[in-house]
Amino acid sequence: MSETEAAQDRACKISARNFSFFYGEHCALRDINLEIKRNQLLTIMGPSGSGKTTFLRSLNRLGDLIPGTRHEGSLEIDGTDVYSPGVDVADLRRRVGMVFALPVALPMSIFNNVAHGPRMQGIRHSKKLEKIVEKALRDAILWDEVKDRLSDHASRLSGGQLQRLSIARVLALEPEIVLLDEPTSGLDPISTLKIEELLWELVDRYTIVLVTHNPLQGARIDSETAFLLMGELVETGSAYDIFTRPKDKRTEDYVSGKFG
Amino acid sequence: MHNKETLIQWLLATVALSAIAVLALIIIFIFKEGSPVIARLGLAKFITGTKWSPTRGMFGILPMILGSVWVTLGALLIGVPMGLATAIFLAEMAPPGASRILKFAIQLLAGIPSVVFGFIGLVILVPFIRQWIGGPGFSVLAAAIVLGIMILPTIVSVCYDVFKAVPEAYREGMLALGATRWQTIKMVVLPAAKSGIIAAVILGMGRAIGETMAVIMVAGNATKIPVSPLEPVRTLTSNIALEMGYAIGEHREALFATGIVLFIIIALLNTLARIVARSEKV
Amino acid sequence: MKMTDRRITLLFTCITGLTILILVFIIGFIMVKGLPGLTLSFLLESPKEMGRTGGIFPAIVGTVLLTGMAVVIAAPVGVLTAVYLTEYTRDTWLPKIVRFGTESLAGIPSIIFGLFGFLFFVIYMDLGWSVLSGALTLSAMILPTIVRTSEEAIRAVPDAYREVSFALGSTRWQTVTSVVLPSAKPGIMTGVMLAVGRAIGETAAVIFTAGSSLRLPGTLLDSTRTLPVHFYILAREGISLENAYSTALVLILLILVINITAYAVMNRLANKGR
Repeated sequence: MSETEAAQDRACKISARNFSFFYGEHCALRDINLEIKRNQLLTIMGPSGSGKTTFLRSLNRLGDLIPGTRHEGSLEIDGTDVYSPGVDVADLRRRVGMVFALPVALPMSIFNNVAHGPRMQGIRHSKKLEKIVEKALRDAILWDEVKDRLSDHASRLSGGQLQRLSIARVLALEPEIVLLDEPTSGLDPISTLKIEELLWELVDRYTIVLVTHNPLQGARIDSETAFLLMGELVETGSAYDIFTRPKDKRTEDYVSGKFG
Repeated sequence: MHNKETLIQWLLATVALSAIAVLALIIIFIFKEGSPVIARLGLAKFITGTKWSPTRGMFGILPMILGSVWVTLGALLIGVPMGLATAIFLAEMAPPGASRILKFAIQLLAGIPSVVFGFIGLVILVPFIRQWIGGPGFSVLAAAIVLGIMILPTIVSVCYDVFKAVPEAYREGMLALGATRWQTIKMVVLPAAKSGIIAAVILGMGRAIGETMAVIMVAGNATKIPVSPLEPVRTLTSNIALEMGYAIGEHREALFATGIVLFIIIALLNTLARIVARSEKV
Repeated sequence: MKMTDRRITLLFTCITGLTILILVFIIGFIMVKGLPGLTLSFLLESPKEMGRTGGIFPAIVGTVLLTGMAVVIAAPVGVLTAVYLTEYTRDTWLPKIVRFGTESLAGIPSIIFGLFGFLFFVIYMDLGWSVLSGALTLSAMILPTIVRTSEEAIRAVPDAYREVSFALGSTRWQTVTSVVLPSAKPGIMTGVMLAVGRAIGETAAVIFTAGSSLRLPGTLLDSTRTLPVHFYILAREGISLENAYSTALVLILLILVINITAYAVMNRLANKGR
């Protein structure tokens, strides 16, 4: 934490102001006020159903895909509300990459999985694509494991490799923000550790928001932490503060394992 | 980028409308061609008239309407019990491996062209009926048997899917109470699958009424109302197919008018099927 | 109690057996009767004396042309309709109408398609009895099958693929073309093949639109005769029973091969999904 702090640009990257989100009548997020700085790693903790995923899906507007949703308040990236009418959603999603809870292999080769995003952006030149793919796979610490079988079908990778492939897929687009929605929930401990280490490597270049329902993971990652409960932001602070001297009783119950 | 997406959406919507456009064209053209003759003769006279004699300008299609009804009912009488029994066997009794192969074989039966069914009926069934049961062989009975076999695959595959959709827990509950397999099927599976079975029967009915070539070859095609299942019969579809080749003027219009009647019957059946399907969802 | 159970099982086994027996009998009967006449020259020669002697080459060409064109027309329309219904609609009136249209078309008997094709393509559009009229009529007839099976195949594509693709900034159309359709391709192919199987055996819709000329079609505006039509005429007019059997055999083999391939593709899919 302290090492990166010095390097941090103090500018605010993401800011939510009185942000609420509804699925029909159900209020999934209520009056969220939260600031995330550039090149910061923020861990959002909370039990299932607390609205963590909804928050991530609001940032890249993937929540729009579900009919009957609406929002209140503002949610800004670099000072621009992501819900303002001029925003090109596809472009927003390229800038805000997302890694899902379950590792998904698009039904194509390893190479094509990573090249998919850049191709959709119109990059056709094969040399250029090769370069992008290699860099992304290196950044995701997957290159050495797959460099000899890039044309294999991606579904042949293990769960942990697949999740790093998902990360590479996102990095290939050179996003500004990377969202990770419980990226290790389906993985074994070693794969989990690899991904957690990877996050600290990436934070120099990206703003990262990680969602987890596991307090232990929050403690391990030891970053700036926010605690969500039933759509409400209960408290924010460094992992150390949250785990050792929580201000709110609910936070204390959660980190001590009383629920969740 | 956004404009392109909207454009694509509208293009797709336009393409998707082609199905409804074809339907509209079918209705417009067939009604336009066939309705004048109905208007001239009067609807009642057209559908209740018992004489079809184009050379004398007499166009009554009651024999064909009744012919279609008899043949279709006969086909259901044969196809539904057989299809239902086969579906029950495949879904509830047969071991899964055998069931898969048998189901596949029955789907292949659906692929055999109707002319081939008709032909087999012509060379085997018709002489058989003539020799062993009586009459000329070309008959309501022959057509009903051929159609009954032809609708088997439809009935079997729809009923099979319906049975498979009945939750396993229902069966287990009954079996746990000490019921036999047949009791379970009779008291739990069949009632739960009722509306699905009705839908299958309606679908089969639609296929039977609409079938043309197979019926022409075995039904004898006489234009009088049959009084026994062993007498020859002409259906609405055969009436069109048999005479389209040479019909002109009012005669041809009368054939399109026959098509209108057929179309309306099918539309009613489709509506019925849709209502049944909807009631099942609730 | 147990006795009735056993008897009913036996009864139902017999009925299923009878159903299968009918299938085996039909195919076996046509095989036995048709095989002697099925020679290479039968396949490659033109018919003589109305088909009493000679082969069925023009009918094979007619069948392939008609069915092939029908698929070329109906497959893109059908698949795009399915894409629209699955990927582009939220509950509005438009998809309801489209679905009503395809469902209604599916229930219309082929003879009605024949009548329509005759009025619209042959006379109104002045295409005459021709390959084109027949193919257009057939394409309208097989459209519902292609829409329905494509829709099922597209709906079977996991939503996770779409989410990943959207999250990578792909537009909906990019997602459809690069992820959804490639995944649904085998299922769509199965549907198209089943539609082809149906189109090949069709008689009533074809005889009034493509005509029954025995000559090899030179252009798409020439009349032609398909295998089932040829078979029907041979059998019904008693021209040559022997040639009728052989024609039926060719027709049945063609359809069986297509259908078995289609189901094999489908089965491989089902196994892969497990």
